[in-house]
Parts: sequence; C-alpha cells; structure tokens
Amino acid sequence: MLTIDKYLRPATLEEAYEAAQKKNSVILGGMLWLRLGNRRIGTAIDLTGLVPDGIEDTGDTYRIGAYATLRTLETHEGLNILTDHAVRDSLCSIVGVQFRNLATAGGSIFGRFGFSDVVTTFLALGASVELYKTGTVTLEEFCTMGRVNDILTHIVLPKSPVTASYLAHRNAATDFPVLNTCAALCDGILTVTVGSRPLRAVPYRFPTDSGISAENIAETVAGQTVFASNTRASEDYRRHLCRVLVRRAVTDVLEKSAAKAAREVK
Amino acid sequence: MEITLTLNGKKRTASVSPDTMLFDFLRNHGCYSVKCGCETSACGLCTVLLDGKPVLSCSVLAVRADGHTVTTLEGLQEEASEFVGFIADQGAEQCGFCNPGFVMNTIALLREHPDPTDDEIRAYLAGNLCRCSGYEGQTRGIRAYLNAKKEGLL
Repeated sequence: MLTIDKYLRPATLEEAYEAAQKKNSVILGGMLWLRLGNRRIGTAIDLTGLVPDGIEDTGDTYRIGAYATLRTLETHEGLNILTDHAVRDSLCSIVGVQFRNLATAGGSIFGRFGFSDVVTTFLALGASVELYKTGTVTLEEFCTMGRVNDILTHIVLPKSPVTASYLAHRNAATDFPVLNTCAALCDGILTVTVGSRPLRAVPYRFPTDSGISAENIAETVAGQTVFASNTRASEDYRRHLCRVLVRRAVTDVLEKSAAKAAREVK
Repeated sequence: MEITLTLNGKKRTASVSPDTMLFDFLRNHGCYSVKCGCETSACGLCTVLLDGKPVLSCSVLAVRADGHTVTTLEGLQEEASEFVGFIADQGAEQCGFCNPGFVMNTIALLREHPDPTDDEIRAYLAGNLCRCSGYEGQTRGIRAYLNAKKEGLL
C-alpha cells in the first residue's frame, strides 16, 4: 500500500530539487509504477507546471517535456514520421490508452526500468536527457549511472534522418515484454538495443560499410548480451528470441533504408 | 488538503488526504459506476475522463485532479445510451462488471475516432479486460452501432 504524508507542488525547480534531497521524498511521474509499491513517502513532489507536458520542435531536435504522456508521444505525427513509427510501435502495447494517458516520458526514462519499452527505443534513437543540476547527458550514459538525485526536465531526440524498427515479444498482449529490441540506422551507423533482458537495455553499434549481415549482427548481439531468467521467460529463451528479433529488426531497417535510397534516386 | 474539481458538470469541494486516490474520491461522492478491479492499473474497470481523456482513476491522486474536470458514467448517461443497447444485443455484457469501464473508454474512442476500423477499436480498448466475453461481442456491438449510425437509423 502506498502512503503519502505530504503532497508538495513547488513553485520552482530549485524548491523541488531541495525537497527531493530528503531521503523519503519522491518526485512524482505518472505514478503507475510507484502506485504498485508498498511504501511510505514523506513528501510526494508534483512537478506539474514546472516541467513541460508537450513536445517542442526546436528545428534540429524534438525536446520532449518530462511530463509528456506516452500517449502524447504515441500520437505525435512528427516524432513518428521521423522514427518510421518506431516510437508508436514501442508504446502501443503498453497496457491501454488510459494507462498511456497517465504514464509520463520522464517517469519511464528516469526509472531506467529493465522492462522499459521507452528506454530501449530512445536509446537506439540517440536521445539525451536534461537534468536540472547535472545538465545534459546522453541516455546511454544516464543508463550506466547509479541512483540520480536530480530532476529530469526534458528528453531530447535529434532530428537527424533515421531509419528505425522496434520489435518486442510478449507472452500476452499488453503485458511487460519478454524481450524488446530497436534498430536505428543514422549517418551510416546501425545502433541495435536490447531491453527487457530483463535487465536495463544495452546498445551495440555497427558501421554499415562493414558489410555485416543481419544474421551476423543478430548472432553478435545475442552472443554479447547478458540475459537473465524471471517468471516470464528463461535466460536461454531470451537469447533465442534476441537472435530472431534483432535479425528481423535489422533486416527491416536495411530494407526500408534501401527503399528510401531508391526513392531519392528517382 | 482541500481540492475543488468539476465532477459531472458540478463543482465539488472536498478535503482529502495526500494519498487519496481519485477512485476513492469518486466512490465517496456517489459515483458507483467507477469500480475497482485490479488496483494495479491493468484492467480498465475504473476508467473515467480527466479533462476529456480516459485515465485509470485507481492510479491518479485525487489532489492531482484539483482544478480539473472529471466525468464518470453517471455524467454521460445520454451519450452512453446511444450504443450500450447494441453491446447488450450482442450478449457482450454478460456479468456486466467490466461494462462501465468499457463504455467510458468506448466514448473516448468514438470522440477521438468517430469512424474507427475494427483494428482501431481493438487497439483502443486493449486496456479493458473482460473475463466473460472474449471481446468479440463488444467489437460486434460497436460495429453494429457505427453501421446503424451510417445508415441513418439513429
């Protein structure tokens, strides 16, 4: 059961940051994961009005406010055209529309949950995060950091032309993924991420001029990734799934990339 | 803490504790269509509209609804009555426990997509669990309603 002693809606980020330094304070996101816990929270800090809930087009980036809901991301036309709908594909199986109207991009990223569809996708797409005190760090670096007592204000996605594909396997529709992967090709570098291992997502990079095939990439990724077992699947099953999903995602990206190149020649 | 929100078109002011969930607030204010199924944000039974968007009231703090508009099935009787008969005609309601959540989310669906495909219906209602029907009845009911509307029968 979740118990909250005090609810705080601070006037400034500085006030929120100071309140968040106390040991039993929690910054609220969409509250969907927090809700499932059995804990007593001293101060629940609501950042409504302090961090944006929309997506700003800065010209060369999409700057996503930490309180933007997953549904906002899922239905954002520009974001989905840019990413070949990989963002939409990665979000549309997360529980239901009502859930995605509450879950926030910031909460999903800040938690760096092992089961996250959002982290797997945004990691492949080369996203960065803006933290109030720490500043901007790449999502890849953020995923390697330990506990961060800061405030995530924005997620920044570069608008560089990208060809992407997201795939996941679930035991049941709308459940947590057993394994997920995202492949993204940008500036001749193919980034492949594997998440729900069930550990945090990890990225791999392959230059496309090396001529490596989708099969070889899948074998390399499956061979190098650390998997684990839980109630949803065994380590071995996840490794097998990884080979299949990565091969399919990379094949999809290479085919879409070739089709785009052919259209440009015409 | 004191909160003021618009519930089904009427201003309501009440004192709540910081951890009161919107679901409990609504039940305490007579909205018994809002039911608790899983309490883990998974079943869609407690769906209400918060500023017009469907959300899970079991997972929203009541204080976060302060200053906002909340609509439950009690406030949408007329809009719901248009199509619930079609769902009943298909035998889709069976035990009826999941129905309020289904109806609320269907209203949200039809406001967002007035003419959805069957795939769009299934995708939008994926967050509403039903243990009786296997979902085909609900899909057929919504389809029958949309067809009747197109044919000018409503």
